[in-house]
Amino acid sequence: MSSETIVPPKVVLAKPIKSELLTQRVAAARWFLIPMLVALAVVAGWPLLRSIYFSFTDASLTDLYNAKFVGFKNYISWTTLKSGRTIYSGLLVDPVWWNAVWNTLRFAVVSVFFEAVLGMIVALVLNAEFKGRSIVRAAILIPWAIPTIVSAKMWAWMLNDQFGILNDLGLRLGLLGEKVAWTAQPDTAMTAVLIVDVWKTTPFMALLVLAGLQMIPKDIYEAAEIDGVHPVKQFFRITLPLVRPALMVAIIFRLLDAMRIFDLIYVLTPNSSATKTMSVVARENLFDFDKFAYGSAQSTLLFVIIAVMTALYIWLGRVRFDGGIDRCSGVIPRQPPFICWCW
Amino acid sequence: MLWSYTKTTAFYMLVLVIVVISVFPFYYAILTSFKSGTALFQVDYWPTSFSWDNYIAVFSQGAFPRNLLNSVFVASTTVLLALFLAVTAAFALSRVRFRGRSLLLMTILGVSMFPQIAVLAGLFEVIRALGIYNTPWALIFSYTIFTLPFTVWVLTTFMRELPIEIEEAAIVDGATPWVIITRVFLPLMWPALVTTGLLAFIGAWNEFLFALTFTSSNLTRTVPVAIALLSGGSQYEIPWGIIMAASVIVTVPLVVLVLVFQRKIVSGLTAGGVKG
Amino acid sequence: MANIQLKDVRKSFGTVKVIKGVDLEIKSGEFMVFVGPSGCGKSTLLRLVAGLEDITSGQLLFDGEVVNGLTPSKRGIAMVFQSYALYPHMTVYDNMAFGLTLEKGSKEQIRERVTKAADLLQIGQYLDRLPKQLSGGQRQRVAIGRAIVRDPKVFLFDEPLSNLDAALRVATRIEIAKLHEDMNSVTMIYVTHDQVEAMTLADRICVLRDGVIEQVGTPMELYETPDSLFVAGFIGSPKMNFISGEAAAAYKAHTLGIRGEHLNVVSEGGVWNGKVIHTENLGADSYVYLEMGMEEPVVVRLDGNNNYHSGDVVHVSPMEDKLHRFDEEGKPIR
Repeated sequence: MSSETIVPPKVVLAKPIKSELLTQRVAAARWFLIPMLVALAVVAGWPLLRSIYFSFTDASLTDLYNAKFVGFKNYISWTTLKSGRTIYSGLLVDPVWWNAVWNTLRFAVVSVFFEAVLGMIVALVLNAEFKGRSIVRAAILIPWAIPTIVSAKMWAWMLNDQFGILNDLGLRLGLLGEKVAWTAQPDTAMTAVLIVDVWKTTPFMALLVLAGLQMIPKDIYEAAEIDGVHPVKQFFRITLPLVRPALMVAIIFRLLDAMRIFDLIYVLTPNSSATKTMSVVARENLFDFDKFAYGSAQSTLLFVIIAVMTALYIWLGRVRFDGGIDRCSGVIPRQPPFICWCW
Repeated sequence: MLWSYTKTTAFYMLVLVIVVISVFPFYYAILTSFKSGTALFQVDYWPTSFSWDNYIAVFSQGAFPRNLLNSVFVASTTVLLALFLAVTAAFALSRVRFRGRSLLLMTILGVSMFPQIAVLAGLFEVIRALGIYNTPWALIFSYTIFTLPFTVWVLTTFMRELPIEIEEAAIVDGATPWVIITRVFLPLMWPALVTTGLLAFIGAWNEFLFALTFTSSNLTRTVPVAIALLSGGSQYEIPWGIIMAASVIVTVPLVVLVLVFQRKIVSGLTAGGVKG
Repeated sequence: MANIQLKDVRKSFGTVKVIKGVDLEIKSGEFMVFVGPSGCGKSTLLRLVAGLEDITSGQLLFDGEVVNGLTPSKRGIAMVFQSYALYPHMTVYDNMAFGLTLEKGSKEQIRERVTKAADLLQIGQYLDRLPKQLSGGQRQRVAIGRAIVRDPKVFLFDEPLSNLDAALRVATRIEIAKLHEDMNSVTMIYVTHDQVEAMTLADRICVLRDGVIEQVGTPMELYETPDSLFVAGFIGSPKMNFISGEAAAAYKAHTLGIRGEHLNVVSEGGVWNGKVIHTENLGADSYVYLEMGMEEPVVVRLDGNNNYHSGDVVHVSPMEDKLHRFDEEGKPIR
């Protein structure tokens, strides 16, 4: 420190005068935030609490208000028979539920893996200078712009067992021995879902990665070129490490997003237990099977799983949310992740 | 020489594959939508016949025109509402330092991470209690859960980047926060508002789970639900031609919008999707 | 029109102290320049006066009244920003009228005041244009015009010339000086890191360093009797030469300061001698850089051109009455 002469503060004002500007701004901020907070509380906070509450009751779709509190019965309960055998029932021992959990995880991991790899390839192509680049960029925006339901229907038609063009193509090229009922057979249903999801979501991944690629200064590559570094080595030593933050954010957002997949599966492979995910099963119980409370328990569990993953991510990634004074370190998600789940 | 020629060829082959895979399903849907009768059940790679039958059918039978109107109404109202609430909130979050700001931003991000299914039961109860079940208002109400956090978040990042000196000049000129928002920031932000609004619109337009759950009659459904539920009696009677025609009708405006606003959307989606 | 007093003003951002106790009085109608290296707190101090930041402790008085709590507009200040900060979507006219419309003045009154200010700054023909259609210099005038229109008691400038090119900077500097003459009842505070701007514009200069005032005085006071080694080195161009060691001890000082223009070249028997390492001819005057075993070369400023070459040995003598002597703490010995 400099040789600052420390003068004991003489007459310190009884209380610092609050600046009118500051008071005015903070007050305005409060009024500006209230409508949004009220709206979020009504459409998100309260419904979430009620859903969790329903999961501890015996509520049914037709009788929401006379629901009785039943504790953890929907999650797990047991009765001991006279023979001494204990029979467990409830969500935590429900094979249908665990099948859905397994399906969801499998879908999330596999689809995001392929989307990341293919997204990286497409991003690298878009990052290169070539004639017709803008056409390619426009082309890859098309899958992204098509509503999920519509793309599910388009692919359902293309994957049709009798009249589908993919079976036809497969037969003509000799890739398939016979026509395959892609969406109906248990062993191919998940593949069908994955194909459509990867087709639809890779563009989004590619755009995020592309943004990361474009922030890498070009002269790094020029320097590598002069040093005679092989292009493959350039990719693994320069591109990948530098684009990793962008890629990680995209992957994690997509993972969280994939965990709640509903519409594609509901439309493409309805009633196939090979593809039913947590969201699909939960909605079935809520509205189709009149097991409202049980469905609530399932949706609550899904919420807990995603909340834990999110918390883990925020904690591990040390995401900075405050763009205030310190904006140097950490990864700031510029977009909320759900931007991917609207599509 | 030969090596570089091969490389170029391989690169353009890759480009071609990407473009074909991206575009083909949409192309094939258009192709199918113009087929009718038995032509539908013949696999063709190029247009062979042409008929408007499916389009005529889409508009003449069922409630499809009504579903389109519902979708337009729901998506636009949702977006306008979200933008209105978000603009002021974004000002507070980006421009005023107050305690709990990061917590608030975290909460908003958290809400946007919500699995929709987690609120479905509670939302159903609220919507029934409000008496808006099976009306467009049920959808406008429930869509706020994802359009609002999104618009708030994006507009907050946009506003944070507006030069601070312009705001200070307005303060020196005697402008209150409300005046700063309406007369200084809003005119500067309209490109951001258009982009954000467009993205939120597409999100609302494409939404399925809430629309499926909170509407129950043909006349109140939105387009995605209508398309998903278009069916004949048995599996072999699925009216593929009509479904494809409806799909094309729903998608063409979106594709046109996206292509027109291509640059804006790409930068809106990604402009520093990550800030390092 | 307003007399400004700062009493033990302090400002911290979190735990970082930026302004560490400033006492200063700025007289009504005075042109005061805050100058100092970057990070010294001069801009923060200006923003405290403006009311854009709140004061952590201490008092700020305008005409004897504490204004700590008042908003900028109620303090009667106007400010010209470094980046001009014009509203990009408004025409020049609307930019200048914006503050007045918020005060709900009558249309004719506003028009009259805007037109008057525009004429004064010769931007009358641009009133319908948008800022992006103007050159840098014209934008700067609009920014000044926007401030004038508000008829402020205190006029604040935050490095207003730093975005202009060299030629325009001199021209605008002269205009600001003229403006001060025309509006001699308005108190002006001007922040810059450029000591030439400070010397040419100021009635008084306040040199800041690390959040405290080093010295306040007229330009000539700072030039002739700097209160510290820091001020001595900061004011004047070329920089004052500092000579330490035996040569300084001969004058009973820890460090000697002597400006380049106060060194005479003598043919023989000078007090000091050094080897020429570099020369610069600027036309009207010229600089000779001498290696004399100091940390930095000693600069001699000569009128007209010179014919010294690198390697020549030159004898120099200081003008004894222009010597500045400093002790170990960098304080002057007088």
